[in-house]
This record gives sequence, C-alpha cells and structure tokens, in this order.
Amino acid sequence: MYEGTIQDLIDELGRLPGVGPKSAQRIAFHILSADPADVTRLANALRKVKDLVRFCTVCFNVAESEQCRICRDARRTDEVLCVVEEPKDVVAIERTGEFRGRYHVLGGAINPLEGIGPDNLRIRELMQRLGSGAVRELILATDPNTEGEATATYLALMVKPMGIAVTRLASGLPVGGDLEYADEITLGRAFEGRRAV
Amino acid sequence: MPGYRRPLYRDDAVVLRVQKLGESDRIITLLTRRHGRLRAVARGVRRTTSRFGARLEPFGHIDVQLAGDPDGHGPALQSVSQVEGINLYGKRFLEDYPRYTAASAIAETAERLTPVEGEPSLRLFLLTLGALRALADAEHAATLVLDAYLLRGMSLAGWAPALVECAVCGTPGQHRAFSVPAGGCVCPDCRPPGAAHPAPATIDLMSALTSGDWRVADAAEPATRRECSGLVAAHLQWHLERGLRSLPLVDRNPGERS
Ligand SMILES: [Zn+2]
Ligand SMILES: [Zn+2]
Repeated sequence: MYEGTIQDLIDELGRLPGVGPKSAQRIAFHILSADPADVTRLANALRKVKDLVRFCTVCFNVAESEQCRICRDARRTDEVLCVVEEPKDVVAIERTGEFRGRYHVLGGAINPLEGIGPDNLRIRELMQRLGSGAVRELILATDPNTEGEATATYLALMVKPMGIAVTRLASGLPVGGDLEYADEITLGRAFEGRRAV
Repeated sequence: MPGYRRPLYRDDAVVLRVQKLGESDRIITLLTRRHGRLRAVARGVRRTTSRFGARLEPFGHIDVQLAGDPDGHGPALQSVSQVEGINLYGKRFLEDYPRYTAASAIAETAERLTPVEGEPSLRLFLLTLGALRALADAEHAATLVLDAYLLRGMSLAGWAPALVECAVCGTPGQHRAFSVPAGGCVCPDCRPPGAAHPAPATIDLMSALTSGDWRVADAAEPATRRECSGLVAAHLQWHLERGLRSLPLVDRNPGERS
C-alpha cells in the first residue's frame, strides 16, 4: 500500500476491466513520471469522453450527437439491420466495407451467470424498431461464443414470427473468439455467406 | 519465489464460467474431478488463432492440463496449458435457449456449492457432469433436470428439504405443510405460521426428482412442475447467502413466450 493520492490512483486504475493490481501500480508510476503535458491530455480525453460521447438514441452505438454517423447517413438502407453486442463490433464490421445497412447495439450478450437477461439488453428497443416494418432482413452478428450464440437463438425465436428474414454470420468465425479479433477477410466472408436461421 | 513453477498436472473438469480478462485472455472457472473448483487463466483464447478454440466454452466436459502461473496473477490462479474436449455439452445448448438458461443455473449452483477453491468434491463433480449430460440428451424437460440437480446438490450440502418426515420432529409420513425456514415438510403440530400448503403431487415430484424416479417426474403436470420449481428455488435461496443470479433468468415457459 502507498499513501493517499498515489494509492487512490492505483485503486481507480485497478477497477478498470483487465487491469490487475500489478498493472495498476505500473500505470500509476508511469503517469507519475510522465511529462505533465501528456498527463493533461490524458485527463482531458477522459473528461471529454464522458461529457461529449453518448449513445445514439436509435441504434445505441457511440455518438457525439443525438444520432450516430451511421444512423444519419441517408445513403444507407433501412431494409437490413445488423445486431451486434458492442460498439466495437460496429467498427469491426464497418472495416469490411461489406455492409450498407443499419446497426443495433445490444450492449452485451445474454449471460445468466452474470445476471444479464434479455431485459438488461436493448432488446425491447430492437423489437420497437422492427415493429416499424421497414426492416426486411435481420443479421445476427453476436460473438461466435456460447453467450453470443444463445443470444442469437433467443432473438431468432422472438423475431421470426414477425415475418422478417433472420440470418446469422457464416461459420469461419472461430468459436470462442471475439468478433473484433476476426480479420477483415474472414469477417467479410462471414457476411457474404450468412445463413438463414 | 523466482524461478519456481508448480508442476503441470492433469484432471478432467466441467467448465462452469468463462470471463474475459484483458485484451484476449479469459479466466475459466472449472469444477475438476480430483481438485475441486479452480480458476485458471487461458491465454489468447479469444484470438482467432487460439489453439483452445471452443474447448474452453461454458458447460463442456474437458481433459485439462494446468500449470502454475509465472506472471503472478495471484497465487491461486493457474494457467491452462493444454485442453482436450471430452464432451462439449455447451454446443448442444446454443440453439435451445431454455436449456442454455438451465445449464447456466446448474453451473452457478455448482460454483456456490463449492465455496472453497481446491477442495475436492467428487460427488458434486459427478452430479454436475450428469446434469449437463442429461440436459444435453434432452430426454427430460430442462426444468426437471435443473430441479433434480438443485435438490440433489442441496442433499450433498446437507440441506435437502425433508419430504418423508417432519422437518422439525422427525415424525415419518407425508405431511401437507411445507416451510422453507423449518427445512421442508412439517407435521400439523410443528407447522410454523406462514407455511405453504403445496399439492401432494408437488411433494411427490420433489421426492421423485431427489431419488431419480423419472417415470413419475416426466408425468408431472405443468402446474405441479411450476409449484415444485418455486419451492426448490425458495429452499435453495434460503440456504445461500446471496441469491443465484441465473435462477430468475431460467426460461421456464418456452411455449408461452409472446
Ligand atoms: Zn445510430
Ligand atoms: Zn413435527
């Protein structure tokens, strides 16, 4: 344990995902010895991200205004909607250049062990969007792991009675992996080869 | 201890829980046959090039080799060095949402019934493995498999509800009242205020699930199953310090979803 201020910083850093006590200590001492201008930039970036970035009111992607860049883009089609777990998955799919529809960001996957059920995700909002009748195909692009697959199964169950085509990304995505780690070629092929569920 | 490495050791295990760690690693909670419940780091498992692939997904029965963790994530945390799938039951639940939620409740219960890491519990391991296998085989309703698991798990923990005698005075026989705080069925003399009065068929179903009489269990009516699930859940929650997070999320009415 260190005294006061430095320990406070270590504690705060240690609460970040994936940062253990040792890493927290390493980062804290790096900040302590860093150039003051660098630290100010970091502090400003942290403050600004909370002040300026919010969630798109339509798709729940990150946005700097009421709606995100993708929802505001008139050249994209409303007929195809792609469901992903996290905003970083939108970035991964956009990199492929394969997709010209819209997104819906769930905010995670159904994971009962972590206490996350359908009501904790943006599923009600998804159903409302689908109720408008504009969407003809729903692409389920949740992670290719157990929670992602189970979430896709649940959504397919809910959506199929609405008469909307439901597709799932093709295999080739390794089971157990995160969508964001798929390279553009694999992810692009998975998009082309998506199958009905 | 610089230079010190715990020897590699092998065991078979059920994957109870999988959590993300850092950029591409995972912490895997395992219920092993000989070493009890353990947590281990699986490095790089989320990268597309991982050699572990689907073998470290939840609910699988695996053959695993573990090693001490030289990077020091704390003394209790070891790392997975090799893994082979024996039966990856998780795959069977991917397209069956009610079974996925039941499997989650089984895994969380197994974790909670093994409060101390590294303490062997062969009977709970076998019970958990059997429950996941039964769930995968889909011969019985998912909620029946789950309730049988919860009842037998509570028996191993020493808190099985009394069903064939009074929980308070021990008078044998089928008593009509059921009290969670008293520990199960209670006779008219011992019945505390607020005791429930479940249908006799519900107590029969609880007995059948405890003893493995599937002929009786499979024939139980939906209302009986629902009442049984409610009593089992209440009894379990009473004995656990914190409620199970997965239990309220178990999908019990697949036919009635709108
Ligand atoms: Zn948007
Ligand atoms: Zn009595």
